[in-house]
Amino acid sequence: MRKIDALVIGGSAGSLDVLLKILPEISPNIDFSIIIVVHRKQGMDSLLSDLLSYRTELKVKEADEKEKILKGHVYIAPSDYHLLIEKDFTFSLDYSEKINYSRPSIDVTFQTAADAYGDRLVCLLLSGSNADGVNGLISAKKNGGITLAQDPESAQVTYMPEQAILRANVSAVLKIEEMANYINSLSLNP
Amino acid sequence: MSQTGIISDEEVEILINDVLEHHGYDFTGYSRASLKRRLSRLYSLDKHLSFAEFRYKTLNDDVYFKHFVEGVTVNVTEMFRDPAFYQMLRKQILPNLNTYPFIRIWLAGCSTGEEAYSIAILLKELNLLHKSLIYATDINPTVLEKASLGMFPLSQMKSYSENYIAAGGIKDFSSYYSANYNLAKFDEELKRKMIFSTHNLVSDRSFNEFQLILCRNVLIYFDRPLQFRVLQLFDQSLENLGYLALGTKETIDFSPISATYKKVGTEKVWRKVSA
Repeated sequence: MRKIDALVIGGSAGSLDVLLKILPEISPNIDFSIIIVVHRKQGMDSLLSDLLSYRTELKVKEADEKEKILKGHVYIAPSDYHLLIEKDFTFSLDYSEKINYSRPSIDVTFQTAADAYGDRLVCLLLSGSNADGVNGLISAKKNGGITLAQDPESAQVTYMPEQAILRANVSAVLKIEEMANYINSLSLNP
Repeated sequence: MSQTGIISDEEVEILINDVLEHHGYDFTGYSRASLKRRLSRLYSLDKHLSFAEFRYKTLNDDVYFKHFVEGVTVNVTEMFRDPAFYQMLRKQILPNLNTYPFIRIWLAGCSTGEEAYSIAILLKELNLLHKSLIYATDINPTVLEKASLGMFPLSQMKSYSENYIAAGGIKDFSSYYSANYNLAKFDEELKRKMIFSTHNLVSDRSFNEFQLILCRNVLIYFDRPLQFRVLQLFDQSLENLGYLALGTKETIDFSPISATYKKVGTEKVWRKVSA
């Protein structure tokens, strides 16, 4: 099996519930990094990191600029900045124009992750009400990465995963209860 | 590895090199992921037909090059962005500067000027504007022209007014501008205390001594070595006991200047404690 360096999860409306459900089930021994980009109101940053860190033994933190991306860590994109992955596997932040009415934009993180990680990347797009992330999935797949969408049947808001399935030719569609197992199976030491 | 952007990594380096050699603008210390996105964005916005054409225009067309610099750098800004920070300026930092007979403030990377007018409004309300001077600089002459007009989209005023109030403002925000079609023109009085000038943080030197330097959301585009160099430039330009204010995700921690600075409050503000 091929080694994965990063799993990037994007989501909008209705995605927080999914994260809260799957995070406790993810093995603390995973040998890759998890990077989470969710659309939300400004100023809720510490709340989101806290909320998620209660549910896992993995180290959860907000991504800092120039921070080295470590395996076994869960990073959250800060609100109101785009989160980019550099080729040396550090984070950059960017306060440029909103993309798809969103900052952070999921497309930006997926696309720069695709550039940096190539085929050692998995991108998962969850529930949401716009198509941010779909172009990023296309880039990730083009660079050899694995792309996943939440099963719209199980999504609170179906538009985002529906667009992913329609336009991005995703590698797999997952129900919420299948996600943690799938993610754990990506690790060489589950 | 295949490329996801329109501009490849190699092409990014070619452009950086061209621009340095032909125009003297040094982007070598810029973070690459962001720069590559900016270049790809510019390439498609301007509907270039090939990289060769993009490169040729950037090299040889001086008018286009001005537009190139504006497109490559990020110029997104707003008035009273991060109200908690402006609250701290109003309550703590600016009142402390009152002891000086003359207050010099450097706003580095001022873009289209929204922050400069925000600071001028605070100074005016604290009755400090008459003895203050705001040096607002940017790499980019085009945005400085806009900044010096003091006109911003009227459509933004509702959100700026909310920011102003959240930052402790108690006046009617609309008293600071007059509506002119779809633009809000800010009072001349605010502008009289601003000096707009080009300054390139990468290559230009210190030009004065200040009691307050603000540079918010500029360092995030630079790599570590360039960040450290720019922080040293700020250090050389700051009086002892002066303040340095950065963006909410920026820090002087781990930099060569951190030993002589003390963090002030919960915002990203540091005070120089010894020369």
